[in-house]
Amino acid sequence: MNIHAIRAIYRFEMARTWRTLMQSIISPVISTSLYFVVFGAAIGSRIPESHGVSYGAFIVPGLIMLSLLTQSIANASFGIYFPRFTGTIYELLSAPVSYIEIVISYVGAAATKSILLGLIILATAGLFVPLHVTHPFWMLLFLVLTAVTFSLFGFIIGIWADGFEKLQVIPLLIITPLTFLGGSFYSIDILPPFWRTVALFNPVVYLISGFRWSFYDIADVHVGVSLAMTLAFLALFLAVVAWIFKTGYRLKA
Amino acid sequence: MQNVITISNLSKTYASGFQALKQINLDIRRGEIFALLGPNGAGKTTLISTICGIVKPSAGSVLIDGHDIARDYRTARSLIGLVPQELTTDAFETVWATVSFSRGLFGKAKNPAHIEKVLRALSLWDKKDNKLITLSGGMKRRVLIAKALSHEPTILFLDEPTAGVDVELRQDMWKLVRTLQESGVTIILTTHYIEEAEEMADRIGVIRKGEIILVDDKMALMQKLGKKQLTLQLETPLEAIPGGLNGYQLELANDGNELTYTYDTQGERVSILALMQDLNTAGIRFKDLHTTQSSLEDIFVSLLKEKA
Repeated sequence: MNIHAIRAIYRFEMARTWRTLMQSIISPVISTSLYFVVFGAAIGSRIPESHGVSYGAFIVPGLIMLSLLTQSIANASFGIYFPRFTGTIYELLSAPVSYIEIVISYVGAAATKSILLGLIILATAGLFVPLHVTHPFWMLLFLVLTAVTFSLFGFIIGIWADGFEKLQVIPLLIITPLTFLGGSFYSIDILPPFWRTVALFNPVVYLISGFRWSFYDIADVHVGVSLAMTLAFLALFLAVVAWIFKTGYRLKA
Repeated sequence: MQNVITISNLSKTYASGFQALKQINLDIRRGEIFALLGPNGAGKTTLISTICGIVKPSAGSVLIDGHDIARDYRTARSLIGLVPQELTTDAFETVWATVSFSRGLFGKAKNPAHIEKVLRALSLWDKKDNKLITLSGGMKRRVLIAKALSHEPTILFLDEPTAGVDVELRQDMWKLVRTLQESGVTIILTTHYIEEAEEMADRIGVIRKGEIILVDDKMALMQKLGKKQLTLQLETPLEAIPGGLNGYQLELANDGNELTYTYDTQGERVSILALMQDLNTAGIRFKDLHTTQSSLEDIFVSLLKEKA
């Protein structure tokens, strides 16, 4: 294992986070805080409690998940796409680094950033609404698993994209709508039976449900199903990454 | 001399069907400076990229100091430093950070003293805290060399190292390359500047349309394929070359004022002496003379024409 290389790439990527602190950390925190102000404090006060949880507190796991998904994808996709765009990828490809080491370092750095962001948003949420985490271990497990899984997805997008526009397409047109419709702001139990069934085809429902369960012990689907779905995504993305490196797709001519 | 790189039957055909390398067989000797010459699109960069792991070979093998680039890629790659043709650098990193990053990437523990030595050797020390985006093209080229040297490679690939750099920097690079060679580093360079190969290289390889058409010691190549010309400026213009001199294949130029004799460089002194005597016999006097020798560039151009 080329530990020096993993450390070098990881530090390089984390250095970019600190260099772009405003974009990486502060702006997602500000936008999430605005959600709390609008949905938690302003509108939320007129919405009845759900399972004994105030609306402001109810949306916290969904909002963290929204940031976690979009930021994991954005961080990882940009991290690997930028060297491809500038041409500095030549150095990575000619270095004595295995594919596993490349994935560990890029995905590790992207996941670290989004986990930090998730925890900062959690702390910020605590300023607006009363919070309690019933199952802290499971909360952290879902946080880490989701960050790693969707950083892997971002890595795949970063390899697939051949322009900056494509980097934005999937987070904006797929992930964000799925998250909004996946129970970030409501329990899918309140939907009519037909739409509830449709919602169950939305994979993000399972991620949010499991994460919310770790906070309030309430879930749209059983926590075991949520965990299984998260692990299934992880396995799927790992398989795609393995295929990318095996074939050299968009990396090696 | 022991070979440090052994390339056997290396071929590369891109997905488009374009065959960039055709059955390349080439040995690079330890400690030499090898210049790979060829016109644009000949396959120079593809060959280097394949050896370094950036391009997947379609067939054949490459051994780096006995290590196969596919099976034992870690050891093979750790021995190589690559300076690419394009000025591909990060933008917002500092010189120090990007060079240190390269050392880590190639599996070496931190060694600030070595990084400092490399930066000083490349006149980059006073720029170490500058962001790359603020550097000139020449400085960026130096940074790329520093990155390639950061992990103390024993083989250095320089792909068009002096393309677009000024004369001073070119001279500096030549000096650096010589210093590296003296320290035992094997250097493979591709260049468009044939004077560079002529100045630097121990051996020359010529690649054309994906095939190595010639590999030889520079001196031997220039001796074998080089031509010399003796030009005599005549006291009295000639209208035609006298019949007694037909055996020399002389040419008249400059309205009969110059007589040119072309000969190869392999021990033709006797014929020059004979020519002088025959000129004297024919009553041809000259007021001045000079000789010229064909450069590597002339040889290169004639080789490519010959094989076209």
